[in-house]
Amino acid sequence: MPKEFSPKVITANALIEGDVVYLTADDQWTRCLSEADVLTDEADADLRLLQAEAQSELVVGVYLTDVIPGIDGPQPAHFREDFRRTGPSNYNHGKQAELNNV
Amino acid sequence: MYNYTEFDAGFVAERNIQFRHQVERRIAGHLTEDEFKPLRLMNGLYLQLHAYMLRVAIPYGTLDAAKMRQLAFIADRWDKGYGHFTTRQNIQYNWPKLSDVPDMLDALAKVDMHAIQTSGNTIRNVTADHFAGAAADEVADPRPVAELLRQWSTDHPEFQFLPRKFKIAVTGSENDRAVIKAHDIGLQIVERNGEIGYRVIVGGGLGRTPMIGKVINDFVAQEDLLPYVEAVVSVWNLLGRRDNKYKARIKITVHEHGIDDIRARVEERFNIIRPSFGGIDQKLFAEIKAAFAAPEFRDTPTALYETAYKTDPIFRSWADTNLAEHRAPGYAIVQISLKAHGETPGDASAEQMRVMADLAERYGHDELRISHEQNVILPHVHKSDLPAIHGILKKHGLATANIGLISDIIACPGMDYCALATARSIPIAQEIATRFDELKLEHEIGDMKIKISGCINACGHHHVGHIGILGLDRAGVENYQITLGGDHTENARVGDRTGPGFSADDIVPAIERIVYAYLDLRSSADETFAQTYQRLGLAPFKSALYDEAQAYAAQ
Repeated sequence: MPKEFSPKVITANALIEGDVVYLTADDQWTRCLSEADVLTDEADADLRLLQAEAQSELVVGVYLTDVIPGIDGPQPAHFREDFRRTGPSNYNHGKQAELNNV
Repeated sequence: MYNYTEFDAGFVAERNIQFRHQVERRIAGHLTEDEFKPLRLMNGLYLQLHAYMLRVAIPYGTLDAAKMRQLAFIADRWDKGYGHFTTRQNIQYNWPKLSDVPDMLDALAKVDMHAIQTSGNTIRNVTADHFAGAAADEVADPRPVAELLRQWSTDHPEFQFLPRKFKIAVTGSENDRAVIKAHDIGLQIVERNGEIGYRVIVGGGLGRTPMIGKVINDFVAQEDLLPYVEAVVSVWNLLGRRDNKYKARIKITVHEHGIDDIRARVEERFNIIRPSFGGIDQKLFAEIKAAFAAPEFRDTPTALYETAYKTDPIFRSWADTNLAEHRAPGYAIVQISLKAHGETPGDASAEQMRVMADLAERYGHDELRISHEQNVILPHVHKSDLPAIHGILKKHGLATANIGLISDIIACPGMDYCALATARSIPIAQEIATRFDELKLEHEIGDMKIKISGCINACGHHHVGHIGILGLDRAGVENYQITLGGDHTENARVGDRTGPGFSADDIVPAIERIVYAYLDLRSSADETFAQTYQRLGLAPFKSALYDEAQAYAAQ
């Protein structure tokens, strides 16, 4: 049996600012992981990834990453993604400083 | 201090204009990221976890006040008011916007600086002993030859697409403060029968396969140096493995072919290219050397220093720890620690940069150095000025008396910034420094180098730390592996792995167990950790690390 497809979101860095962005259900880019579209179908995820990659005038380094769906929206499955959605731990810089609710 | 010639300035200006247009074309959508990425990397612009990062070269770690002030200005104007000094004598800005980078590069060019070849498979920033020109044990100042190498390697047409990056370090002393044995080429200035020449070491490197460099030539004459170095890079450029990037560095080439085979190939290549070096490089070298002439040292009393040393215990502690011997009588080398307990190793705020620039201008013959240990050096300070300098440093959080001690930790940016990292480094460094400051043990422990890398690439030099810490991702959790007994000096040695790693919560107590074991085991208070380790080996420390933890868990 093929491995079950785990829920994912599409993430990237914004072209100009370089900060972390996520793809929403209406194909916009958001700074908030909680607003990201959670993809549960593999074929759909692959297609959306291709479409997202084509937006190279807006974003850089597009990829799919695992999330755990929750009441407050998707949560990162790996600590690297947790740092990406928050910011560095040595200063209150990045997302944690810029967004009220991450 | 070397100042750009018209040629240098013209070259950098042209590159900056090219890059400005490349950025414009990228933003306008005329270049894809695949097309743009190699162009931005050639100019030192990376994309990290949270933002872009601009890596600016500080050739052989040397700055003057004007350069340091400009670095501060850039930090304030286009970044978040600070910069991170690295183990390769670069400064990194962690938050630039792509559209601002061309302006940042223009601002750098105004003070003869750039970010060219701070990334990519080229010859990188040439580093040197941070005590260059000031050290009491120096045969000759390594900076002129480092500058000659910088000019030779910048935009060298044969070496823009090497198998992998290539790093050169130079020391002018037998005591190696530039980690030359962990570089692709390490150069040591030596004197033989009254003649100055170079011992050439190749094939050192850390990363996933750590290797200590080997001597390929014991004495290369001054006039033969550039063709010799060119021959080494040229041989590797053809021979180096392009099929596997993990095997592409010259250390692997030397390891696979053997040093004798590489030496023979280099000799052959050297004989072919030597005649093409018609002496222009030697004329240039003479001019460069003149630019690095030592300042005029004054011969005045040092009574102010002696009085402060006797009467002010805080000053005395700082002087004992942070000063090094200068070659001129009445002078000292001042090491400014960028390792205040609990702060990020190597970070300086724009305000701190300006303070250090002012001090250099007022008291230090307008010279500053960045060390590979991520501290700042005032190389030429008259001792009578030390109390005033210390007073100013204190006001700006720059007077931490911990050079060479357990809290003077090298740490790479790790997963707080770096896209390659597998775990964080900075919080571990912060916690270790804070813990040993609380214990008030660090002066008791004495000479101790902790070096932390957040991934196997070893930017934090963990292999050559007395205690090395490597952050890894073990099944989705940060895990820290310890090595012991590494050495970064002329007696370079790769540390020994102790065994299974520790979680982020357990790593600081683990370091504490090693330190307490050392304090128990040392033969006297004068025996350093490195000496105790050399005498006793891994076993007692391993036992302290693992058996004690088990005993504790069983209670």
